[in-house]
Amino acid sequence: MADFLAMGGYASYVWSAYAVFALVLLADALAPALQRHRTLRDLRGRLKRQARKSTP
Amino acid sequence: MGGIVRPFTLRYLRASGHLLDLGRMNPLLLWFHKFGSPPYFYRVAGLWLPWLYALALIAGAIGLYGGLVLAPADYQQHDSFRIIYVHVPCAWMSLFAYLFMAANAFVALVWRIKLSETLAMASAPIGAAFTFVTLVTGSLWGKPTWGTWWTWDARLTSELMLLFLYFGVIGLYHAIEDTRQAARAAAFLALVGIVNLPIVHYSVVWWNTLHQAQTVSLMGQSKISANMLWPLLTLAFATHVYFFASVLARARVMLLSLESGKEWVRSLVSAVEIAHG
Repeated sequence: MADFLAMGGYASYVWSAYAVFALVLLADALAPALQRHRTLRDLRGRLKRQARKSTP
Repeated sequence: MGGIVRPFTLRYLRASGHLLDLGRMNPLLLWFHKFGSPPYFYRVAGLWLPWLYALALIAGAIGLYGGLVLAPADYQQHDSFRIIYVHVPCAWMSLFAYLFMAANAFVALVWRIKLSETLAMASAPIGAAFTFVTLVTGSLWGKPTWGTWWTWDARLTSELMLLFLYFGVIGLYHAIEDTRQAARAAAFLALVGIVNLPIVHYSVVWWNTLHQAQTVSLMGQSKISANMLWPLLTLAFATHVYFFASVLARARVMLLSLESGKEWVRSLVSAVEIAHG
């Protein structure tokens, strides 16, 4: 296991590369989910305001 | 007289797409036409999404295990070569995402299809993410193999240009207030920027400087042993599937705000509200 983590002395390069890959893709995967949450919240608010306006 | 005019008008309307004879369209075209309608796309993409994410995750895990554990160390670069398994799939995706974006930009400009505008704009940030990972992992690979983090080699420079093109498309899209006008302006920039793609691809052939030439070839024999190659191809597959999952997820959200006045979005929003209590 220690051998595997050491990557033959290239540990810092190899694991940094894999970390960048994982983190960037994770951020990319979360972005639409967050945006969806925000959009739905805005649309709900707008719908409620419109409903209140039409029923005095 | 009416007997002469009517068939002509009908034919004109049909040819110009104003009148669609749905019964006579071939199934593929019919599906394509249906898929272009935002509510249908929203629903179908929502059904596909979990499967695409799951497939990308499983294929990615298998590919990473193969690349990090099963593949033998390279005789020259030892374990540092393992960066190939994140660097090369991302580099391929940086070009693939651009092609996908440009193809949709073309359709958006010629036929003004809302879904194409959305798909083109949805793929820009994903392409930028892949290009960024390509540059950073390349830098991390360059240091132990070339002895430098960065050099103005043709491949590296054109890939950096690709990142700036993505930034340009994203920036232009966000700079114009009217979303559809913004999408068309950015789509035009995306089409112009396509000249950079062959430069990225052939840079290692045209200017033989530091970056190595391609090892894996679509047509000819790949210059890499099979036990090193299969994890790379598996990860390439995983990143492609992931790209489509991310594009669909982003396009769905963009369509929600683009079509916020439409009935299907209203009923969807109130349905979500009921589900939330």
